[in-house]
Amino acid sequence: MTAQPVPAIRVQGLKKSYQQLPVLRGVDFDVARGSIFALLGSNGAGKTTVVKILSTLLAPDAGTANVAGFDVATQATGVRRSVSLTGQFAAVDEILTGRENLVLVARLRHLKNPGRTADDLLDRFSLTDAGARRVSTYSGGMRRRLDIAMSLIGNPPVIFLDEPTTGLDPQARIDVWQAVKKLAEQGTTVLLTTQYLDEAEQLADRIAILHEGRIIVNGTLAELRQMLPPAKVEYVEKQPTLEEVFLAIVGADGRAGDEARPTVDTDQ
Amino acid sequence: MTKHHFGDTAVLLGRSLRHITRSLDTIITTTIMPIAFLLLFVYVFGGAIDTESDSYVNYLLPGILLITIASGISYTAFRLFLDMQSGIFERFQSMPIARSSVLWAHVLTSLVANLISLVVVVAVALLMGFRSGAGVLAWLAVAGILILLTLALTWIAVIPGLTAKSADGASAFSYPLIFLPFISSAFVPTDTMPGPVRAFAENQPVTSIVNAMRDLFTQQPVGTDIWAAVAWCLGILLVAYVLAMRTYRRRIS
Repeated sequence: MTAQPVPAIRVQGLKKSYQQLPVLRGVDFDVARGSIFALLGSNGAGKTTVVKILSTLLAPDAGTANVAGFDVATQATGVRRSVSLTGQFAAVDEILTGRENLVLVARLRHLKNPGRTADDLLDRFSLTDAGARRVSTYSGGMRRRLDIAMSLIGNPPVIFLDEPTTGLDPQARIDVWQAVKKLAEQGTTVLLTTQYLDEAEQLADRIAILHEGRIIVNGTLAELRQMLPPAKVEYVEKQPTLEEVFLAIVGADGRAGDEARPTVDTDQ
Repeated sequence: MTKHHFGDTAVLLGRSLRHITRSLDTIITTTIMPIAFLLLFVYVFGGAIDTESDSYVNYLLPGILLITIASGISYTAFRLFLDMQSGIFERFQSMPIARSSVLWAHVLTSLVANLISLVVVVAVALLMGFRSGAGVLAWLAVAGILILLTLALTWIAVIPGLTAKSADGASAFSYPLIFLPFISSAFVPTDTMPGPVRAFAENQPVTSIVNAMRDLFTQQPVGTDIWAAVAWCLGILLVAYVLAMRTYRRRIS
């Protein structure tokens, strides 16, 4: 493996306790520029704590973290200019419309033309029709798309996505995945936390498993596979997964579901 | 950072003012209790209360205005609590904006919302026969006291707004503030109260604030009451601001 000259994120010896409870006990990892890095772990493993420290919302007890060349403790302003956070719960303003939410963030990032930025993003995330509606009327998937769109305003080089697909239906999940892939293609560094193994498998260039406050494994999917018991060849009848059935029935791209919908009637 | 402070505050103020204009019912809700007290005391108890004032509604209004503010700021705490809960607060904090502008936007919104509530309550009082011969200057002085008091109580409201664990917890702090006027000169003169109660009533902030406004409305010389009122408001404002900012820094560290 060749060492990356300057990683987009470098975390060394990060420790954090809440009162007596140690959550992070020395976390180290690097994220290369333009890559998707998945932090995998069960609930309470400390994934959100890592993200909060990296986005300057929480101060670590020990260790250093560097994001886009800025130290989170001493150069918080530089970090905040370079990152965008999409938290675990869609951080959108319910009373404002979708477009107003985008304009709000664009104004706070001091962009020249907040209105046009908002319209572009509405278009990119298929929210143009819903743009003038209050967010309280949105579905979970729409909220999440708006949330991610808000994070992209100002083109920050590093994006944190904390459990971006928790609570979404399969189609909304795929929409989010596509958006994340597109981001990485454009050179954005993405740090993603998830508890879904398939999500890490689908998206991540590298996967790290956070367990009991430490990174116990860190590698590419291929490297991780090699650590497991060797692959066995078995003959199994390939049944479609329930997800494949669901997507086939409602329309795989999630939009053209009305055409050619087969009727399924189990009583026949 | 600070060069954007006013701009950022203005943008965020615009956001929370939209919340107010899109849910005007919250303003109506906060005026229901003070208006109910006004009706109850003027039309039920008022006839039996001897205030040496020509009309009881004239005597009562300053205290009711205080209760209006105390009831209004509970919504400030509630709105702040919702922002903390929804994650939008964290989004703002992780952005390169002036950090205190998030709080200032809420504080200024509280001021606007409370001024609207106060106008509603004064309008109801006028319908019920409240009259004052006060000139422009006296009205401005009353407005000044009310603004100062709203700011002071709003900074108190910021603390539960930042720290509460539930929506009820965020607004429960205002109940003692709503009932403080009952042990003051707001509803009845303090002369008839027994010794210790009277001592408390005459030396707590509500009495001097209410007396100062009453004197301004009735064109009496305001004497020392107005300075005591202003001193109380400024004192509460300063202490609440320092505590709120300390709580804020602890919450976002």
